[in-house]
Parts: sequence; C-alpha cells; structure tokens
Amino acid sequence: MAQMMYRDAVLSTIAEEMERDSNVVVLGEDVVGGMGTAGGPEAIGGIWSTSTGLFGKFGKDRVIDTPISESAIIGAAAGLALAGKRPIAELMFADFIGVSLDQIWNQTAKFRYMFGGKTKCPVVIRMAYGAGYNAAAQHSQSVHQILTGMPGLKVVMPSTPADVKGLLRTAIRDDDPVIFLEHKALYAMSGEVPDGPDHTIPFGHARLSRAGEDVTIISSGLLLGFCEAVADKLAAEGIGCDVIDLRTTSPLDEEAIIDSVEVTGRVVVVDEAPPRCGLAADICALIAARAFASLKAPPQAVTPPHTPIPFARELESAYLPSVDKIEAAVRHVLGWR
Amino acid sequence: MQLSREALQRAYRQMKVIREFEERLHLEIQTGEIAGFTHLYCGQEAVAVGVCEHLGSEDKIVSTHRGHGHCLAKGCELNGMMAEIWGSREGLCKGKGGSMHIADIDKGMLGANGIVGAGAPIAVGAALSARIDGKGPDGFKVAIAFSGDGACNQGTTFEAMNMAVVTQAPCIFVFENNHYSEHTGVDYAVGTAKDIASRAEAFGMKVWRADGTDFFAVHDTMREVLAFVRAGGGPAAVEFDTERFFGHFEGDPQRYRGKGEIDRIRETRDCLKNFRASVTGAKLLTDADLDQIDRQVLASIDAAVVAARAADRPTPEDVLADVYIAY
Repeated sequence: MAQMMYRDAVLSTIAEEMERDSNVVVLGEDVVGGMGTAGGPEAIGGIWSTSTGLFGKFGKDRVIDTPISESAIIGAAAGLALAGKRPIAELMFADFIGVSLDQIWNQTAKFRYMFGGKTKCPVVIRMAYGAGYNAAAQHSQSVHQILTGMPGLKVVMPSTPADVKGLLRTAIRDDDPVIFLEHKALYAMSGEVPDGPDHTIPFGHARLSRAGEDVTIISSGLLLGFCEAVADKLAAEGIGCDVIDLRTTSPLDEEAIIDSVEVTGRVVVVDEAPPRCGLAADICALIAARAFASLKAPPQAVTPPHTPIPFARELESAYLPSVDKIEAAVRHVLGWR
Repeated sequence: MQLSREALQRAYRQMKVIREFEERLHLEIQTGEIAGFTHLYCGQEAVAVGVCEHLGSEDKIVSTHRGHGHCLAKGCELNGMMAEIWGSREGLCKGKGGSMHIADIDKGMLGANGIVGAGAPIAVGAALSARIDGKGPDGFKVAIAFSGDGACNQGTTFEAMNMAVVTQAPCIFVFENNHYSEHTGVDYAVGTAKDIASRAEAFGMKVWRADGTDFFAVHDTMREVLAFVRAGGGPAAVEFDTERFFGHFEGDPQRYRGKGEIDRIRETRDCLKNFRASVTGAKLLTDADLDQIDRQVLASIDAAVVAARAADRPTPEDVLADVYIAY
C-alpha cells in the first residue's frame, strides 16, 4: 500500500497504463501546457496536475496538446479509437460537455450499436466536476445524471484515491467508452492505494463503506464522505448505517442497493446533481419497484435545489447537500411512524 | 498520368455501381418498402471514386448522411449495404444503422453520419493514429473527411481543420460543393463568396480546387494531394464542384430548383456521360466495353435487391445486443 493523493492516483495510473500499452494516448487542452510559450512545453502540465511529466516521458505523438476545441478533442478521441488506439481525452471541466455533447452522445456512445457490434470504441473521457470552489454556474456542475442517461456510455465517479486507481485502470482497459468523473474537491484527498499493476475494480460493483442494519445511505463522489460522517455520528448513538458508494452510475449495482434496503427498510439517496430526472430519483424509483414490501419509510433524496449553481459563498453552501442536511434526512426516515 | 485500361474499367464500374444503386433506391423507396430517411449521392460519383481509387484499406474515410457513394467506393460490399438499407440483420450493421450509419471498419470506412459536420473531428483522430504509427514505404496512411457545403459551416469542421494543422495530422478535408445544404443555396449559406477552399486555406492548409463532375480532374488532383500529405506535408483540403441529381432526401419536392435545372445538369454535368465521352473519344475504351459493364452492374444491383428482400429480419431480442461489449 502506498499513501497517495487522489490526483496522483490519476496521474500514476495513466502513466502506468501508457507504459503497459503503447496504444494508450492522452489528448486535451493544456495536457502538456505551455506549448508555444516562452516557458515551453510542460510549463504547466495540466491544470489539475494529472498529466505532469507525461509529455517528457512519452512524447508528442502520445501526449497530444490540443487547442480549446472540445468537440474536436472528443471527435479525435473517437477517431483514434476506431483506428485502433486507446485514447484518454481530458475535458478539463465537466461543464464543457455542453460544447462537445454531439461527439460524446451521438458519436462515441453509439458507434458500437449503430455499426451492428462490429467495432469497439475504447475512449476514456476524463473530466473534473463538482462544486465547493465558488466557481459558479459553468464550472461547478455534476453532470453524471446527463451522461448516465445515455446508452452506450459507462459512467464512473470514484470517491477515494484507491478507487481512482482501480477504476481508472479498468476504464483504460475497457473496450467501451467510459466517462471518468473526478471531483475537484477530492484531488488533494490522501489515502492508501493498493500496489501492483493488476489492482482493478470491476464496474457495477458498489462498495459498502460503512455497515449497519438500521438505514441505507447511498451516494458517491465527494458526498460519500459526508454520508460517512453522518454514519459515524449515528453509530455513537447505536444507530447502524449501510453506506453504499456506487462507484459507477452506469452500470448501476442494483443488487447492492436492493439487498441493503431489504434489511434496513429505510433509505436516503444523496446526490450532488440537480433533482429532476436525476440519479436520486432513479434510485428511489428502483427501490419502490423492487423493494416496496421492505420499506418502513418513504425513500428520501438529498440533492441541491433545481437551480443553477450560485457563486457567493453563502449561496453555494446553501445550495449544496451538507452533513447536516443528510443527517436530518436520515433522522427523518428513522423517525417515520 | 494515363490510367491503364483495367484502371479505367474499374473506375467506371465503381461509378456505375453507385449510380445504379441510387437510381434503384429512388424507385424502391417510392413503394414504401424501405424505412427511414435516405439521401442519394447520384451526380457526385466522380468524387467518391476519384478519391477512393487512391486509397488502401489502412487509409480511413469518414462520410456524411449522403454516404452510399463513399461506402461503395471504399469497398463496402454491395449486398451488405443493400441489406442494411432494407433493415435486415444480414446488413453491414445488422439493421441497426440503416442508410445514414453504414460503416465497415475493416475496410477503413469509419461511418456515414447523420449529424452534419460531425465527421471531420473523427477523421482528425484517425489521422492522428496514422501519425502515431509513422511513415510506411509509401509515407503516412491518411484519413479523409468528406464534407458538403453544408458541413463547411459547422463549428466542428472549423475545430477539426485547426486541430489538424496544429497537430500536423495527415488528414484531407474533401469538400463536395453540390450547391445545396439541404434546401438552401450555397450563394446564401456560405459567406466566403461560395468558396469553401479559401476557408481551409485560412486555417493554414494547402488547398486544391477541381471540377468534381470530371473523374479525371478529381483523380489527378487527388494524386497530388495524397503525395503531399503522405510525404508529411501536413493536412490539406480540396473543394470539388459537383452536382446533386436528387433532392436533399428522398421525397424532397425540390421546389427550390431552377426551371429545367435537373435536366440541364443531367445532360451536361453527368460524370458518367462525360467519362464515357472522354474514354471513347480517346479510344481508350469502346462503347461496347462500357455497355458490358453497365449490364453487369445492373445485374449485380438486381441480385442485391433480391437478396436484401429475402434476407433474415432482425428479431426483438436484437434490440438489446451490442450496446456494450461488456456491461
């Protein structure tokens, strides 16, 4: 086990996979950084420090610094994949799916199906998502509910450095297109990371980060840690929480959710994306359809309100799910009847 | 460069296959037997064939919604295409794609595309792959983005052209100016005085222009373009002036056409007629040679339609197949 930051788990996994497979290539805006400047290549090395040193190690053919052209980045990644490469495209901010969605949704996601299963499209699209930096409405969003709704894509949102390592390695080796969502507020999180080149985590297998029999709390990404804090607090009161880290929203580990709710009968789903047509609503519907008889209280969703993300500190704090809001929802289902 | 008798026969046959494929679809669609939207390539055959006759299977092309010609010219199998358009599970895409999504990756045909302008970035990616693979004995493999005068107005096309120049990808942007983006004239929709090549030039590319209804002009131009790009000269663009004999889609009433326009272009701008006049005039091939090809092609189209009609239909279970490799 090595102690490592979330961002370093991203970088080291990319470097290891590039070393292992010469077909793995990286492209995106400023993935080299400093091209065409007095500072020269790698003067920056990616704004998230998730590509630092790759250019020097693997060269310009495999680390392709692109102009600010998100559609062309994703389209080029799709073309590289159809031609036999395994591209990792960095979209910088998840919010930029807006300018590249056709290439994600109508192209990359659909090639395999539209072409009758005769091709694979092994593209990884990495992007930083999430609020907490007062970056306002166009640089703070959680977009997994949009992308999870698109058949053909797999969607991954790790909540720890260890999961970054295992899930990103699976993503790079996967032959289908994978959206890899990295939470900005987790980049500096430190944690134990399993060693070895074969530590992979299969998609569609949730992680039980806390175990208990009284209530089920479901989340992933940054808010998973908030849920764990609530569970730890309630544990001191003798209340046991199952905390389920989904890890991937597509595929979704339905069995882990249903198995837990059948024991607890009480569930809170916590999500950073807007509420309408979202992941929390989707999971509540799943539970209603498959575990209705086990329910002791109505499933509760904790999400932001249906608004764009505000800028001011007070407003962003009020917007986001918090430990207090999650705790209140958990106590609400515990106190039902 | 003078082409061999065999090369001339092959080029004519390829163009004739596309022509008769499309003419037959035009008739069959009117019976209601074929589902969905179909966009015919008739009139532009010299471009697809004049370009693709220079390519090998490791060279890639990315096509458009008007893609049948590019597919056939790049080597997609006739019966598989017809079966796909009929929606059969024996089609090239097992009936999942249809006319607008025919692809054959093994042949280097990376897909027709229902989204205007979506193909150019994908071609840049395929060209970057060729750049990574490096030069072979004949230089770089190339990727070709076929686009129309409609797609030349899409931001994706601009992004792709700039990225190709910045990354020096061996990509060729082939613009087929058929004077209509859907139902709107090029005089209105293309701001650079109908001139598409100048846009590519402004992005820093070497460009060529030629008559897209003249197979020999296309073929000769592409020989130069490919020599430049394969040698590592960077991306390039070509604008071919061509004609679309049918509407934007089948069923288009074409009220935007001028009086007698279609008769005129069919009379004076038909690449097959012009090819025949040229090669028989120069005594390279005889009318009898070409008539024989015509008969063979018509028979092959008949056979493809018969086979497509008889081919297996997909089943409801097929809906769920091939969304993911593993999920």
